Amino acid sequence: MRAVPRAHPLWLAYILHRLSGLGLALFLPAHFWVLSQAMTNPARLDAFLELTGMPLVKLAETGLVFLLAVHFFGGLRLMALEWLPWSAPQKSLAAAATAGAFLVSTLFLMRAI
Amino acid sequence: MTEETTIKVRVQRGTADDTPRFDRFEVPAHDSQTVLDVVSWIQQHADPGLTYRFACRVGMCGSCAMMVNGVPRWTCRTHVRKVLGDAAEIEIRPLRNLPVIKDLAADLDPFFDKWVAAEGRHHPTRTRHDPIAPVDPGSAERAQASAGIECINCAVCYAACDTVTGNPDYLGPAALQRAWTLFNDAKEADRDAILDAVTGPGGCTSCHSMGSCTAYCPNDLDPMSAIAGLKRAAARRYFRKAG
Amino acid sequence: MREFHLYMAQRLSALVMAPFVLVHLGLIIYAIQGGLSAAEILGRTQGSVFWFLFYGMFVVAVSIHAALGLRTILGEWAGLRGRALDATAAVIGLGLFAMGAHAVYAVTAGGPA
Repeated sequence: MRAVPRAHPLWLAYILHRLSGLGLALFLPAHFWVLSQAMTNPARLDAFLELTGMPLVKLAETGLVFLLAVHFFGGLRLMALEWLPWSAPQKSLAAAATAGAFLVSTLFLMRAI
Repeated sequence: MTEETTIKVRVQRGTADDTPRFDRFEVPAHDSQTVLDVVSWIQQHADPGLTYRFACRVGMCGSCAMMVNGVPRWTCRTHVRKVLGDAAEIEIRPLRNLPVIKDLAADLDPFFDKWVAAEGRHHPTRTRHDPIAPVDPGSAERAQASAGIECINCAVCYAACDTVTGNPDYLGPAALQRAWTLFNDAKEADRDAILDAVTGPGGCTSCHSMGSCTAYCPNDLDPMSAIAGLKRAAARRYFRKAG
Repeated sequence: MREFHLYMAQRLSALVMAPFVLVHLGLIIYAIQGGLSAAEILGRTQGSVFWFLFYGMFVVAVSIHAALGLRTILGEWAGLRGRALDATAAVIGLGLFAMGAHAVYAVTAGGPA
C-alpha cells in the first residue's frame, strides 16, 4: 500500500495549496516582527538583514518565495475553477499556463540570485 | 495446473463499539475474479460470520462499495487483478467517513441525512392537474442537470473526500451534486431554498476542490464541478443582492 | 449565510492581494540582488504614501485571508469547533493585523532624514 492511497494530481494541488498557505501564515509574524525593528531597534534589523546573505538562509528564502508563488498560482487556479464557467479542456489549458508562469518565475528567481 | 494459487486478504472486523481488528485469509485465485467474489468466498468458505452488503453484483445498486487498498470502490466491478498489482495482499475495509455497523457494512444514515439537508428534493412548479412542463433537452441548464442524474448513492465519493473526514458538518459531494442537479432542473420552483441549504456551515463553500469525488466516482460523474457550479451560483446571487 | 460571507471574504481578499503579491514577488527578486540592507529598504519606503497604502492594504487583506485559512485548517485538522474556532481565528486575524500594521508603520513613517 502506498503511504497516501488516494493521492492524485488535484489532491496533490490541494495539499500543496494548504501546506504552502500554512507555511506562509506561520512565517508572517516573524516577517512583520523583523520589519518593525526598523523603528524600535534599527541595528537589530541590519543584523537580521545581514543574515540573509548566508547560503542556508538564502535557501530558506527561496523556499518562502516558492511557497508564495505556488500559493499564488494555486489560488488563481482555484478561483478560475470555482468562478469561471469553463469547460474541462480550458481548465487543463489554464493549469498548463499556470505551470508555465511558475516555471518562468522560478527561472527568473534563480537568475536573480 | 496442480498447485493452487491464492490471494492474501486482510479484512477489517468488528462493530462500532470495538477497535477495528484485521483477520487474514487466503482465498483461491481465479480468472476474472472480483473483490466481491473474494469477500463472498470468505463468508461462504472461511468465516460465515463475516458481515458485508451487496445486492445486484453488476454495478447498478451501489450497495457493495468498500475501501480496497485505501481506495473506495464498487467491489462487484473491481477485478482483483486491478487492485493487486505489485501489492502482496488486498486490504478490505468498510467505507471511510461513515460509522461501522459490523465488519464491512458501513452505516449510511449520515450520508442520506445530508442528502436531505442539502435540500435535494424537488420543489414542483405545477400540480398534478396541470399539463406536463416541456423540458428542452438541448438547453445548457439541462446539460448541467443531466450530467449528475446517473448518481446511484453508493457513497464512494463521500468516502473518498478528505473534507468529509475533517469536517463532520460537510454535506459531501453526492448531496451537493444532487442539489446542483435540481438547481438546473427547468421544473424546479425554489432555487433560493437550494442555495440557502448549500451555503450554510458544511455547505458547498467547505469544498476545497481536491477532486477525489470526481477521481473515484465509478459512474464517471463530476461532483467537484457540480459543487463549483453551486459556489458560482451562490456568488452570483451575492453580487446581485449587493449590487 | 454567515459561513458564505466568510467564504466570500476569503476569495475577495485573495483577489485584492493578487496584484500585491505579483509586485511583492518582483520586488523581492529585484531587492535581493546585491544583498539586503535596512538603508536600502527604508530609503525606498520611508515617507512614501504609495508604499504605505500598498503595504497597508496588503496587510489588511493578508490578515483576513490568513485568519480564515487557518480557521479552516484548525477546524479540519485540529478539530476546533464553534465558538472556540471563531475566537481563535479572530485572535489570529487581529494579531496579524496589529503586527503587520506596526511593521508597515515602522518602514514607511517619517521622511528620509
